[in-house]
Amino acid sequence: MELNEKIRKFIESNLVVFEDEAEFSDSDNIFEMGFVNSLFAMKLVNYIEQEFGITVDNDDLEISNFSSVDRIISYIEKKKK
Amino acid sequence: MSEEIKEIKCVIWDLDCTVWDGTLAESDEVKLKPGIAEVIRILDSRGILHSISSKNDFDEAIQKLKEFGLDDYFLYPEINWNAKSVGVDNIRKNINIGMDAIMFVDDQPFEREEVKTAHPEITCIDALDYLAIPDLPRCNPRFITQDSKRRRSMYQDDIKRKQEEDTFQGTPEAFLSSLSMKFVIHEAKEEDLKRAEELTVRTNQLNATGRTYDYDELNHFRLSDKHKLLVCELTDKYGSYGKIGLALIEIKEDHWHLRLLLMSCRVMSRSVGSVLMSYIMFEARKAGKKLLADFKITKKNRQMLISYKFANFKEISSDEDGNILFEHDLAYIQPFPPYIDMVIP
Repeated sequence: MELNEKIRKFIESNLVVFEDEAEFSDSDNIFEMGFVNSLFAMKLVNYIEQEFGITVDNDDLEISNFSSVDRIISYIEKKKK
Repeated sequence: MSEEIKEIKCVIWDLDCTVWDGTLAESDEVKLKPGIAEVIRILDSRGILHSISSKNDFDEAIQKLKEFGLDDYFLYPEINWNAKSVGVDNIRKNINIGMDAIMFVDDQPFEREEVKTAHPEITCIDALDYLAIPDLPRCNPRFITQDSKRRRSMYQDDIKRKQEEDTFQGTPEAFLSSLSMKFVIHEAKEEDLKRAEELTVRTNQLNATGRTYDYDELNHFRLSDKHKLLVCELTDKYGSYGKIGLALIEIKEDHWHLRLLLMSCRVMSRSVGSVLMSYIMFEARKAGKKLLADFKITKKNRQMLISYKFANFKEISSDEDGNILFEHDLAYIQPFPPYIDMVIP
């Protein structure tokens, strides 16, 4: 599976609204669109650490690293190098 | 209170030769150990939870506990043939507390060793010593509050909520709406202070600083016009979660300084963690003040750090001990979730 599909799938499984009501592109800010709730941030960070075997440092815990599918991918790729 | 002497929040019991004399699989004629029911009831009345990790047939063991009138005391019993360390871990996850707040009681050195090796932070007790458990300092909380007396029934309500959530057809938001949650924030009154102290001692995960405050300190803040001490309570259609949140704000000339923010881990899954934070931001903005906030990184409060960062708190300074000073510009504040009825001063 492509990286972006994988991440979309994770986000979709954690939406607070029905999937067909929530259309978002890879560049949309999922936090500002109100599709996810506050608990989601923690789940997302845990997911990225476990699924991709990286450690998210406290300094990296900025919403800008995780606010869209594209940003999550570039963060993972930066950490994987 | 230092980390080494954390209060015990849950006692996990073996059954055969621990709660009762004899082995259930060999004979149905097992007898309760003398005084054990009293030990269980005393601890329960202090707000200490009970569970079971036992190698037995689940239905037979529960049936036996029913006969003894004790089945209602045990949350998330792990009665199966797995390693006990696995059962203990499942209980810890279900109750959502630290391993250092759990006591494991078993008559067999092998089982205690197996559990201790897997979970070094747990406290293991030889079943021979069961009568002394209520006298241990770690089993004697400084205060017994309304919330501690009702703790078991609050967890039992949570189990009902969870069962309903698992079978609910619809989105998580629709489920949260169906709960009819009400979130009440008010300035602390004198009768809230024991519970407030208890919250500072017991709350580890959703706690911004891990600082503990005693009754007198909290009473001082309550009466001071340079401080605001806020308490929150959450209720839903099943009943009250009790007093689950606390915040201390120091009011300065040009800013509000958030000294303490904590929320009980029991409400974590309800997504209400950011509600108190948003309320404080709205109020600071209304008062025309900036908002600063103390934070201290501990071994357990990463979720709180994520909450602050994702709420757009910016770091102003930090030191090597994990102390952070945050500032929030109050430009964007996360609105209250639509599924919660807010009752605010």
